[in-house]
Amino acid sequence: MEQLLSIFVRSIFVENMVFAYYLGMCSYLAVSKNVKTALGLGIAVTFVLGCTLPINYLLENYVLKEGALSWLGSEFESINLSFLSFILFIAVIASFVQLVEMIIEKFSPSLYASLGIFLPLIAVNCAILGGSLFMQQKEFPNLGEATVYGVGSGIGWLLAIIGMAAIRERLEYSDVPKPLKGLGIAFIITGLMGIGFMSFSGLKI
Amino acid sequence: MGKLFSNKQKSILLGPLSKNNPVVVQMLGICSALAVTAKLEPAIVMALSVTVVVAFANVIISLIRNTIPSRIRIIVQLVVVAALVTIVSEFLKAYAYDVSKQLSVFVGLIITNCILMGRLEAFALANNPWDSFLDGVGNGLGYGIILIIVGFFRELLGSGTLLGFQVIPEKFYEWGYVNNGLMILPPMALIVVAIIIWVHRSYNADLQEK
Repeated sequence: MEQLLSIFVRSIFVENMVFAYYLGMCSYLAVSKNVKTALGLGIAVTFVLGCTLPINYLLENYVLKEGALSWLGSEFESINLSFLSFILFIAVIASFVQLVEMIIEKFSPSLYASLGIFLPLIAVNCAILGGSLFMQQKEFPNLGEATVYGVGSGIGWLLAIIGMAAIRERLEYSDVPKPLKGLGIAFIITGLMGIGFMSFSGLKI
Repeated sequence: MGKLFSNKQKSILLGPLSKNNPVVVQMLGICSALAVTAKLEPAIVMALSVTVVVAFANVIISLIRNTIPSRIRIIVQLVVVAALVTIVSEFLKAYAYDVSKQLSVFVGLIITNCILMGRLEAFALANNPWDSFLDGVGNGLGYGIILIIVGFFRELLGSGTLLGFQVIPEKFYEWGYVNNGLMILPPMALIVVAIIIWVHRSYNADLQEK
């Protein structure tokens, strides 16, 4: 239990997807113009991360890893399919996003209308694939830890994009040097927020 | 003698280097542009890998552009890109193992690099293979330039080295010069890119946002 809590807190604050690894920056910069849409996208990303990570964890441990196929019989023990991981992970993510899109379209047209454009974008959000690749690298011992890591990273991303959107809403009224307007100042703010988040780096639970 | 490149093709190839730069103007591929630039060497390797993948993905998608049903085109694109990235990743593991360890997950993340999707959607789906190839090379190089500039400054100021060789003389350290440790940390990459944007847009006033 403590282990789970520690992974959760670490993935939100210390190893924040945006500030420590710059993942999902493209949609982070493009969609952070107002808090409401940022919140919607953030929730969608958290949901997709929380669902695809366990699926990819199972794939990694029962299909891809060296010796992972041994449940099929001893003659499969020496097979190492890890070079296929990129293709399989991205296929899982893309089809899952498609699925989520269809479900939302069917059951909640209003949510679909407000999120519509961002949903397909999630498939190419680096944070999602990044989550799976980090999961592969960290070699979590069980499914629970992998899921918690996924949800935690999603929430970390959500926090970052909401913070950014809130700051940018205020920024509308400030006098930024012309060449820095828009993209430039957004980068500097993200950098400063990143420096702020670095203060969590000694955090231990 | 026929010219190798027409004027249009020249602008496809060279536009992305400055006026139409994928990172600082089109806002694509920022994630990996920042993460791999603490040192110059991984930045160069990353730039090359992305150029190769964009160029060939553009060609392949352009070749099959008329046969892809538009509903599933994103998945088709992802599969093509993922296959290319797998090849690049295995290649790096075989011939540049140290660098591929440093790049860690970011080689895999070329798949979701927005430059790829952006160029495939915006260019390769509507143009012939040769133009698409030039567009891919141009955008890869435009991305590479930014990576190399950022990597250059971060390694020079952060560690006092370039490509691993000591550049700042020992004398300076005796006089009290200290490496700026902040440059190696993640947030400074963002600020260096912001400064590049600042300089670039000061020279190209038409790119400034209202």
